[in-house]
Amino acid sequence: MKPVLSIRDLTVEIPTRHGILRPVSGVSYDIEAGEILGVVGESGAGKSMAGNAVIGLLSPPAHVARGEIHVNGTRIDQLKGDAMRRLRGKEIGMVFQDPLTSLNPLLRIGDQLTETMQAHLGIGQADAQRRAIAALEEVGIPGAAERVNSYPHEFSGGMRQRVVIALALCAEPSLIIADEPTTALDVSVQAQIIALLKRLCRERGTAVMLITHDMGVIAEAADRVAVMYAGQLAELGPVREVLTTPHHPYTHGLMGSTPLASKGKARLHQIPGAMPRLDALPDGCAFHPRCPHAVDACRADPGPRIDTGSARAACLFPLVQEGVA
Amino acid sequence: MALVDIRNLTRVFDVSKPWLNRVVERRDKAYLTAVSDVSFEIAERSVYALVGESGSGKSTIGKMLVGLQGPTSGAVEIRGTDLARERDAAKIDAVRRDIQMIFQDPYASLNPRWKVRDIIVEPVAARGGDTAGMAERLLEQVGLSARDAGKFPHEFSGGQRQRICIARALASEPKLIVCDEPTSALDVSVQAQVLNLMSDLKDEFGLTYLFISHDLTVVQHMADRIGVLYLGRLVEEASPDQLFDDPKHPYTQMLLAAAPKLDAFGRDVSPPTGEIPDPINPPKGCAYHPRCPLAAEICSAERPEMRDIRGARVACHMAE
Repeated sequence: MKPVLSIRDLTVEIPTRHGILRPVSGVSYDIEAGEILGVVGESGAGKSMAGNAVIGLLSPPAHVARGEIHVNGTRIDQLKGDAMRRLRGKEIGMVFQDPLTSLNPLLRIGDQLTETMQAHLGIGQADAQRRAIAALEEVGIPGAAERVNSYPHEFSGGMRQRVVIALALCAEPSLIIADEPTTALDVSVQAQIIALLKRLCRERGTAVMLITHDMGVIAEAADRVAVMYAGQLAELGPVREVLTTPHHPYTHGLMGSTPLASKGKARLHQIPGAMPRLDALPDGCAFHPRCPHAVDACRADPGPRIDTGSARAACLFPLVQEGVA
Repeated sequence: MALVDIRNLTRVFDVSKPWLNRVVERRDKAYLTAVSDVSFEIAERSVYALVGESGSGKSTIGKMLVGLQGPTSGAVEIRGTDLARERDAAKIDAVRRDIQMIFQDPYASLNPRWKVRDIIVEPVAARGGDTAGMAERLLEQVGLSARDAGKFPHEFSGGQRQRICIARALASEPKLIVCDEPTSALDVSVQAQVLNLMSDLKDEFGLTYLFISHDLTVVQHMADRIGVLYLGRLVEEASPDQLFDDPKHPYTQMLLAAAPKLDAFGRDVSPPTGEIPDPINPPKGCAYHPRCPLAAEICSAERPEMRDIRGARVACHMAE
């Protein structure tokens, strides 16, 4: 089966006065229908940039410099203006972190839903209205028939994020890009939104790219996980294996520094230093200045590139059998 | 004796619309009870954590503790001195010197026009103390270099800025530091560095922390005693082991079940229902009863008192 989203060697560049920055560099992965791929990394790792490149929302001067993005077999990274706009919403739905800024405050939510459906599905007003109510019911908004005429400010944060999910799904896209969809929400509401995303993705066979910095959210929701560091893929694999037996020292450090019930009050494992700035990336493996296992070879050789089906970790000396301490 | 004694603390905010709007729209005044009848003690050299979702009143309690806001009723006593009622200025000053605060956003809490040296010594300089070499010494204690004293805040990353905030909080040699979500704005690997630093400093200087957070795993890691807040009310207070192994209040149980877990791969549990109610019109009786699976008639009629159950304090009619 063909993957819904296929990214090959994606590189995003930002030309600046001090040279070219690469917030995303040589990233390749696929997402199958009905699969949730978690993309995890710290701020500045390039996880949102990669998502924005897929939906064609890179703000200039950032641009896709190399690589290919395919959605359902169609190459989309070179589409311009109108062609991309038709695809966005129809083939790719989006859910952003802050539900209030992704809804138009001046329009009733029903109008926002019907507008999207009429633009992409070519259906009439009455039909769209009926489907808008059905969409709101599906994401669990009580009294959908009345709430369809409410404005965004009349909803709570969690309910607003449900509306945004309904909006992302209403044109029946095959891919959803969810960029930190639960970061602005409380834990109990976060659990509701994650359960909702999982259910809809399973029922409709939608592929989901779930971008987050929260390892717990990844563990619960994702099927596979892509760990990003300084614009590159550090590790890619099934979520259980990557989180329990990380191969890349960065993933291992990340898991060690997450406070965990079973670890009690023991000192947290620290990764020394901080992620390098994009204008000062080290030679070789980007992680070597912070890596406890780095040797001379790491300073010169960036390690194997993760491609579908090949290495799991972009590391010369992966920690094969080592579990999380 | 406990370092901090908070008794029946209540804070009400007037959230009414302006007078003319109220007249035209025929509305009454509206009041929001952010903190309602909260009592707890913080022992010296311990970490007391307040957890709760947004709107639960945890930050308001922190602000009342340091005196940034006054209580509507009830009292905050620090070493037996009630800052809001004490008349002796010298006594107030002596207690104030012992309290410092660390805020959530290290980008907003450092003056961008001041050098790091001036930022750090300000709590001492403002009282006319001797500050020679102080900034350099504190910077090294929080893991930065003495040379950083001459730099400006924009030259530092988020984690480094939070270290500067910690250095500033330490300058006046306080006994108590109120930390309001100190690591929420930080990445997880930086968060680990800051949490470890805070633990080390606590042991070194004999500090007491009031640690405010929404992150249960961080709280479990740091705290000696945890208070769970819901809609401005303290619903449960226990030690971390008791709270996480044997939560007694249905809200605590829900919160623990809903928190994402690192080892819960593909977990399929039914998520909690409902959301935090409108704090301007909170439910009668127990604030949690509309969402509570155990709710009985008494829960919607009578607000539960704090009871001792197996070493924990729980405000629930039904808990056993």
